Amino acid sequence: MSLIQGETGDWEVIIGLEIHAQIISRSKLFSGASTAFGSAPNSQVSLVDAAMPGMLPVLNRECVAQAVRTGLGLKAHINLVSVFERKNYFYPDLPQGYQISQYQTPVVGEGVITIDLPDGSSRDIGIERLHMEQDAGKSLHDQDPNKTFVDLNRSGVALMEIVSKPDMRSAEEAGAYIRKLRSILRYLGTCDGNMDEGSMRCDVNLSVRRPGEELGTRTETKNVNSVRFVQQAIDYEARRQVELLESGGRVILETRLFDARKGESRSMRSKEEAHDYRYFPDPDLLPLEIEQAWVDELGANLPELPDEKKARFIKDYGLTPYDASVLVAEQANAAFFETVLGDGGKRDPKLVSNWVTVNFFGALNASGLDLGDAPVSAEQLGGLIDLIADGTISGRIAKEVFEEMWATGKDAATIVEEKGLKQITDTGEIEAIVDKVIAENPDQAEQFRSGDNPKVIGWFVGQVMKASQGKANPGMVNQLLKDKLGG
Amino acid sequence: MSVDKDTVAHIAKLARLRMDPEKTEAMAGELSQILGWIEQLQEVDTEGVAPMTSVAQMKLPLREDEVTDGGYPEDVLRNAPESLQGFYVVPKVVE
Repeated sequence: MSLIQGETGDWEVIIGLEIHAQIISRSKLFSGASTAFGSAPNSQVSLVDAAMPGMLPVLNRECVAQAVRTGLGLKAHINLVSVFERKNYFYPDLPQGYQISQYQTPVVGEGVITIDLPDGSSRDIGIERLHMEQDAGKSLHDQDPNKTFVDLNRSGVALMEIVSKPDMRSAEEAGAYIRKLRSILRYLGTCDGNMDEGSMRCDVNLSVRRPGEELGTRTETKNVNSVRFVQQAIDYEARRQVELLESGGRVILETRLFDARKGESRSMRSKEEAHDYRYFPDPDLLPLEIEQAWVDELGANLPELPDEKKARFIKDYGLTPYDASVLVAEQANAAFFETVLGDGGKRDPKLVSNWVTVNFFGALNASGLDLGDAPVSAEQLGGLIDLIADGTISGRIAKEVFEEMWATGKDAATIVEEKGLKQITDTGEIEAIVDKVIAENPDQAEQFRSGDNPKVIGWFVGQVMKASQGKANPGMVNQLLKDKLGG
Repeated sequence: MSVDKDTVAHIAKLARLRMDPEKTEAMAGELSQILGWIEQLQEVDTEGVAPMTSVAQMKLPLREDEVTDGGYPEDVLRNAPESLQGFYVVPKVVE
């Protein structure tokens, strides 16, 4: 359990997250207008989305399927009957004067997410519910000193609100939860998880208590839209509540707005009354009834999800839990790893895992490229690994070859051939170099022979490798040096 | 259940309705009567009766996920008191 230390003792932080994830669909939840990002203002608005009088919402079947798929991916209970309700409030980017949402009966009930922590351990975080709702439009406040500009393109786009149980105890766990949820949504193809474009938005519910005591009063921090900001917002709010309680104050139930530039949050007093949303079933929409057979069919077509893939990588390839969780975080990365591994896992999984995660992804990150644009293909990387495995080149030379492959796009074998980088495994050839190096450095040889400095052998290895331009087989060099120096 | 003047004022505020203070008393009386009637209905034993969600015996219709609408920003904005460069323009609202 991670605790925060206050002036008067330890405090436990209790965190629950509400995540709004934009459903991947061509058209909106209740209208046939497009959901494409970045179009001209109000060009993707139907009269339903603009809430013109007399317009009726008609539910998008695919959005329901996406919500059900997500529920199944979260191992959650699917409610075959769910109800759309009106959540009433006024804001210029909400033309209906209410948001169509699900309240008492959401489409998805309780589920679970297994989070992966940096030390390789895992922990289950409960899911309270998942419901479908409409997104609002977008308000621009910076175009004019006295006016607000409103674009309704986003109005009516389908969202899933995914509510966790208050099961998290630190900013680190909250970060792991968001990353895992994002990974699952991307595997399922139900949300692109793009936090920069607002496809995933997060509200943080947080309270503190003395370990073992009753839950304290919570606050809700809104508008926290990256993993880093969520962690900042949690640290800030936990500290604020502890200081408040320790100085004799009390926490009030309130909505706070996170300011990413300052790393702080402030109370949204204007929202106090708005909590009275006066939900009631939307008279324009009958209850949503779905068939168990349809749910089963959607379930049968789900892809292998991150947890299953991770378990398989550990079991079949002998990877560590940490390496496996790094590889499965993105479906494309896991597929790349398995392609490099070859048919039937013919290459050494540990060697492949190291080359893929450390060297290949390292180069990818450094160059800012996407996997699809990498200058080295999975097949080419496999070719390089074969040359290491059969002793043609050493691991050190392989790094050089890889850099060259990245720069030129050539195959490993071609580069090794062109540059004469093939490892020297001929005993006679290595012996000649060893003899020469020993002859040129009699003082160091004496240090070793007399036993004054046994570590000098390492220096000799370095000299021989240098003289061979890194091509001598290091194991053979070591052995020959020991023999010659009488070790 | 009875509704008092303060509740009427609160509901009116939430609904963005301007309410003449002299009329809240009368409104409170009317709303109380309506709620009284609902209470009377609740006396009926509905144990084992499924809630009626519609007068028509039909299921919620669903549509296919196709783009069939939108693309007429000038129509959408036609009734707007003020618009500029494709946006609705409203008095400044800032949190």
